Amino acid sequence: MNPLRKLWNFIREGQIWKSIFRHNLPDNPRDQSLAVLTNVFLHLHPVKTRKSGVRMSFTWCMGGLTFFLFLVEAVTGILLMFYYRPTLEFAYNDIVALREHVPLGIMREIHRWGAHSMVITVWLHMFRVFMTGSYKPPREFNWGVGVILLVLTMLLSFTGYLLPWDQLAIWAISVGANMAAATPLMGVTGPGSMLLKIGDVPLVHSGNDAKFGLLGGRFIGEATLLRFYVLHCIAIPFVVTLLIAVHFWRVRKDGGISGPL
Amino acid sequence: MVQALREFINFLCNPVIYFTAVCVAWWAIMKYYQVWTQPRVMLPLTGFALAFLAFAFTDKNFYGEAVKPDNIPIWVMTIATVFLFWLSMRRAAINDQLMAEGKPNLEKQESDKKVYTWPDLVYSELICMVLFTAFLIFWAIMFKAPLEDPANSGITPAIAKAPWYFLGLQEMLVYYDPWIAGVVLPTMIIVGLVGIPYMDFNSKGNGYYTVKERFVAIWLFGFGFIVLWIALIFLGTFMRGPGWNFFGPFEEWDAHKVVSAPNINLSEILWVKTLNVGLPKNIFVREIFGFILVAAYMGILPVYLAKTYLKQYYEKMGAVRFYLFAILLIVMISLPIKMYLRWLFAFKYVISIPEFLFNI
Repeated sequence: MNPLRKLWNFIREGQIWKSIFRHNLPDNPRDQSLAVLTNVFLHLHPVKTRKSGVRMSFTWCMGGLTFFLFLVEAVTGILLMFYYRPTLEFAYNDIVALREHVPLGIMREIHRWGAHSMVITVWLHMFRVFMTGSYKPPREFNWGVGVILLVLTMLLSFTGYLLPWDQLAIWAISVGANMAAATPLMGVTGPGSMLLKIGDVPLVHSGNDAKFGLLGGRFIGEATLLRFYVLHCIAIPFVVTLLIAVHFWRVRKDGGISGPL
Repeated sequence: MVQALREFINFLCNPVIYFTAVCVAWWAIMKYYQVWTQPRVMLPLTGFALAFLAFAFTDKNFYGEAVKPDNIPIWVMTIATVFLFWLSMRRAAINDQLMAEGKPNLEKQESDKKVYTWPDLVYSELICMVLFTAFLIFWAIMFKAPLEDPANSGITPAIAKAPWYFLGLQEMLVYYDPWIAGVVLPTMIIVGLVGIPYMDFNSKGNGYYTVKERFVAIWLFGFGFIVLWIALIFLGTFMRGPGWNFFGPFEEWDAHKVVSAPNINLSEILWVKTLNVGLPKNIFVREIFGFILVAAYMGILPVYLAKTYLKQYYEKMGAVRFYLFAILLIVMISLPIKMYLRWLFAFKYVISIPEFLFNI
């Protein structure tokens, strides 16, 4: 017998392997089922799937890629957090240092292009779901969860845009912040906000309007950087993770990958 | 010769012509999907598009913008969207043909069969992940993440662009004030998207590609997604330069380009130009025509549609769902209306009350 095969068999029949994988090689229906059922990650999937639903030309794998990219962003993001301090003093220099001092470093590139890719894949996922009419009953609610996830994906990307603290970052964010200031009633340059006042005291001013809430100050500054950092690294990923769980759970509960009835 | 061609293309990319062309293209795409989705039509079209792109890249102005690291995602998006849109329409065309002949569609042929998730699904997923990882690493090596000068709120750049995926919204800022383009419209987009399953009463086309059985739904969604979102992002990225002025794809971005645009409000057209009496002092008298117009557009038009053209929809959907649908539709269509009014008549606001920052 081939010595490599002998080693492989030795490993596969040993106690360690058998303690991890509670099934034999998945080359028969029973073990194929167990491979999915006994794995916490794979059991997001049903044991069997519609043949029409596993076709790449049907699903485009865009939802799967979106989730994969979320994981890529989490991993590369954690690595970047080792090197980055969200303060006016360090933020820009930490990015420069990352660029200059890390040989062959591509983590920031992967993080940035992965983020752009995630925006694209999530749009195309929505587009596929629309084109196959998969939002129709019983999947209406899950479509709504998906829309919220799409918005959060763009907010994740938006909040991350500020963190390098370069010209590109603050001016891109200022475009968004000025829109927040224009919120009707709640923004200082929004319609109707100057009508909200008691006597001569305005209730909405540049010190408490929607823009102030977004930026943590009247202008983009240290508070904004910290705010966007926390939103980008903790707050939004936390909500996204919860909603992804709901989204996947409902895919299963609503009948799996859609197909003609 | 080449220069003349470039200038001609610059002219064709003028927002009016560009947007009109995209709208007409969308109309044709939906009408002739059985024709253009065929590989023998699509392949020459793709070849032509690639040849044109190769020509475009010979221009240094276009090349400079096109290969900016932050604009690469737009190419990825455009290529992926065009290909996958073709794929979905191709499958829809085949399905519609099959169903017209009384045969089961592509999905139906296989939907009763079930395959084991291991290996049929998990292997595809693994291959997708591996290929995408390779693509991402290649991309990361080819293009460095941009880093400009340190942030300085004292130095205003020639052009402040939002991240590319928001450029559709930033383009809307030209036609609507920030409170509409930046707050109201995005909110309505989100509400509208979430509301799609509750407004689309058509139970056909669930779980397979089809155009014929869901023509209106696909027409409207595609108009929103392809024309008003993707095409505007493309416009905003490659044809909007300093001062958000229009520049042709082969035009140099001149920061001093002077564009005289004395835009005019409805109240000025009526009181000053037509009636020749000057603007009334009272705000509500001054803007009365605007208020009537907006009230008619937002309030009376839906009711009128419910009784005439969209009567069938009204009967099937019921009042609440119908009026939600009608308002969302009307607001969506108001964007192209406002765009054309601006381009053709330099029209600015229907209602203009700068005293309360309330402009529509």
